[in-house]
Amino acid sequence: MAPRARFFAVWIVCFALLAAAAAGVLLAVYDALAPDEQRRFSGVLAAAGNTLIVLGVILFIIGGFLAAGLERAFLAPVRRLAESTRLIAAGNPSYRADAEGPAEVREAAAAVNALAERHETLTLGIEEQIRHAHAELGDETNRLAALMSELASGVVVCTVEGRILLYNEHARQMFSGVGVPGYIGLGRSLFSLLDRQLVVHALDQLRYRLAQGEPRPVSVFLASPVPALLLRVRMAPVMATASGQPEKREPSGFVLLMDDVGAEVALFEQRDHVLEQLIQSARASLASIRMAAENLESFPQMGPERQAQFAAIISVEAHRLTAHLEGATREHSDLVRSLWSPEQMRAADLVAVARRRIEEHLGLATATGEIDELLWVSADSYSLAQALCYVVRRARDELAARDVRFHVTASGRHARIDVQWEGERVPGPSALAWESQPLTSAGEASPLTLREDLGRHRAEAWCESDAGTGGRFRLLLPVTEPVRAFHAPAQPSRPEFYDFDLFSQPGLERDLDERKLTELAYTAFDTETTGLEPAAGDEIISIGAVRMLNGRLLAGEVFDQLVDPRRPISAASARIHGISPGMVAGQPTLEQVLPMFHQFCEDTVLVGHNAAFDMRFLQLKESATGVRFTQPVLDTLLLSAVLHRDLGEHQLEAIAARFGVSVTGRHTALGDAMVTGEIFLRMIPLLAERGIVTLRQAREASERTFHARIRY
Amino acid sequence: MSKRVLIAEDEPNIVTSLEFLMSQIGCEFQTAVNGEDALRAAAEFHPDLMLLDVMLPLKSGFEVCQSVRGNDALKRIKIIMLTAKGRETEVAKGLALGADAYITKPFATRELLDTVKRLLGE
Repeated sequence: MAPRARFFAVWIVCFALLAAAAAGVLLAVYDALAPDEQRRFSGVLAAAGNTLIVLGVILFIIGGFLAAGLERAFLAPVRRLAESTRLIAAGNPSYRADAEGPAEVREAAAAVNALAERHETLTLGIEEQIRHAHAELGDETNRLAALMSELASGVVVCTVEGRILLYNEHARQMFSGVGVPGYIGLGRSLFSLLDRQLVVHALDQLRYRLAQGEPRPVSVFLASPVPALLLRVRMAPVMATASGQPEKREPSGFVLLMDDVGAEVALFEQRDHVLEQLIQSARASLASIRMAAENLESFPQMGPERQAQFAAIISVEAHRLTAHLEGATREHSDLVRSLWSPEQMRAADLVAVARRRIEEHLGLATATGEIDELLWVSADSYSLAQALCYVVRRARDELAARDVRFHVTASGRHARIDVQWEGERVPGPSALAWESQPLTSAGEASPLTLREDLGRHRAEAWCESDAGTGGRFRLLLPVTEPVRAFHAPAQPSRPEFYDFDLFSQPGLERDLDERKLTELAYTAFDTETTGLEPAAGDEIISIGAVRMLNGRLLAGEVFDQLVDPRRPISAASARIHGISPGMVAGQPTLEQVLPMFHQFCEDTVLVGHNAAFDMRFLQLKESATGVRFTQPVLDTLLLSAVLHRDLGEHQLEAIAARFGVSVTGRHTALGDAMVTGEIFLRMIPLLAERGIVTLRQAREASERTFHARIRY
Repeated sequence: MSKRVLIAEDEPNIVTSLEFLMSQIGCEFQTAVNGEDALRAAAEFHPDLMLLDVMLPLKSGFEVCQSVRGNDALKRIKIIMLTAKGRETEVAKGLALGADAYITKPFATRELLDTVKRLLGE
């Protein structure tokens, strides 16, 4: 029974007792009187009966008003004070109780506020210490994060059940391509991304090899989740932290290192094809040539016509063979070109590599002049060193070059690498045939010419005569940023991807309803619509959602999608959410978006603010899309009413203010979903104080509150 | 009566030499330039031996070999397969499908003639 109702019940009982006492006194007086006096007394009572009843009713009403005033003045402020105190203790230490009601309650509120002040100061102090401790831990984590984000491979760490514990940006990009069946995310199943059988088989192999005593086994397999993606996956076990049983080596999880080898494999296939074709055509031509030659040799008595025929065959097939060889060489050099992967390096280091090479291959000592140490270039150091070596060889052979000296200087947006020598003058500026010939030096040959090598570096080079007695080869290479630019760091460099706590997560087999609120995975979501009447044909135009796990909002794992409603958007709605018809034109329809959203929130509890409204929209689409949202739903509006019945409004802004959650992006689906999620996370400890710990308890408490009766 | 040889080969310059060689050892010969021609000629020309290229258009040498071996009227024909690939696996396959000999291009005319003569029992 609500406290207010209980108070009035007490008042009614008191009034009834008073009335009974008055009746008892009258009866006692009546009893003590003589018979004629009793008759007179009865007559007086009968005459004044109506007046007495009216008086009684008036007394009852006045008493009721007094009691209500007393309740409002004394009891309600005490209850509000209690709720405020709870909120301060468990949710928002900066919250303060209102000083209201009689002096005693105001005094109590002031005392509570003073205590809150002290509590807040202490909390901040402790938080500061925790922050400090975390900062140190954070440094470690950051180093790990930096290492992972710099890895060229996709990295995913999972539990043995295939739940994802951590992943890097590369892995996210790999699996966010068109057609990849699932979503990557903390706590999600790896098996929506990779074939379960394949992973389980590899894991079994790891277990077997661990049992055989292999210290660090690695399984390698190829996986192709979609035709466009061919992954080479290396799997290594993550061992459980040793808890007394070193002899029992059972992995608690595994690390997957994944490389997209599709392009590489295609290139190798192409190269094999070139080689195969060359072998076949060469064999055929050689067969013709050999037979014709041997015929000429073995049968000298053949007629002149025959002889001419075989001679012609030899000539034609020799030409064909040459053409095949040239074609294959061309194709091969194209392939080598596409296989190239430049590295970012200092121009000075490139020169050092080239000098070592010249010394080794040509036996020629070189020197350096002016060297700018700060210039970075993007270069295939092997082929460029080969090119510089080649140039020096030709200068030595053709121009009697000696005293070779390297300079590295800045020239606009280029690094200028000069190879300078003493010797003969260069015959005319850039007049050398060096560029068009393959890069050969000291018995080593590349399929590329100098021109081709320069072309793929977007570089230019030429030879010119020095003012003195020699010449120089000048190479201009575009400079790059010194720090390697990561491909698409759209995400902030780390936060949510790192969550080793999950190793101790319970499996999913325990009955969901009895699980603790702190253990569940959630999707906080919100929709924007064309209007407020789902039954009258209003449609969803935007869905925003964010995942929550382990008491944290995973800001990197969001769903944010506009939807083409294929009907007008009411002006009133457009004013609220600011979505115009132009913005939704050409967006996918709800029939396309709902399956994606369904997959996004799979295996999680849905959390919404006034979720009945959003769920009604989703429910109306069930038959059209075949997508059903059957998971449990929690509503922050209802939970707020459970927690703070006496603290007034339960609108999103009001609750956010109460919990100290800052509101950004209000009335965008994603913005509201994020606020809802933050609020929900802060509600969990307050609910626990009221004994609401499991999902079932939260659902039941929600149902009991008044707002649960709202139906759209 | 002279022996008959069917030359199944699509490279004209090789055909020229093979025809010349067959005439030199006194064989009658006919030429087919694709797999289907080769099978038809095998049924009509009744050769004692086939020089069968693996990479024939329309029907590969393997298919022709298999059809010949599966046909009671033709299966006594000796088959020498000629290939420009020369992988070991391919040689194994050719012999498994019933070829009597397998020669990789480019080959010595002497080797070819010796094999032809051996298979024709001369």
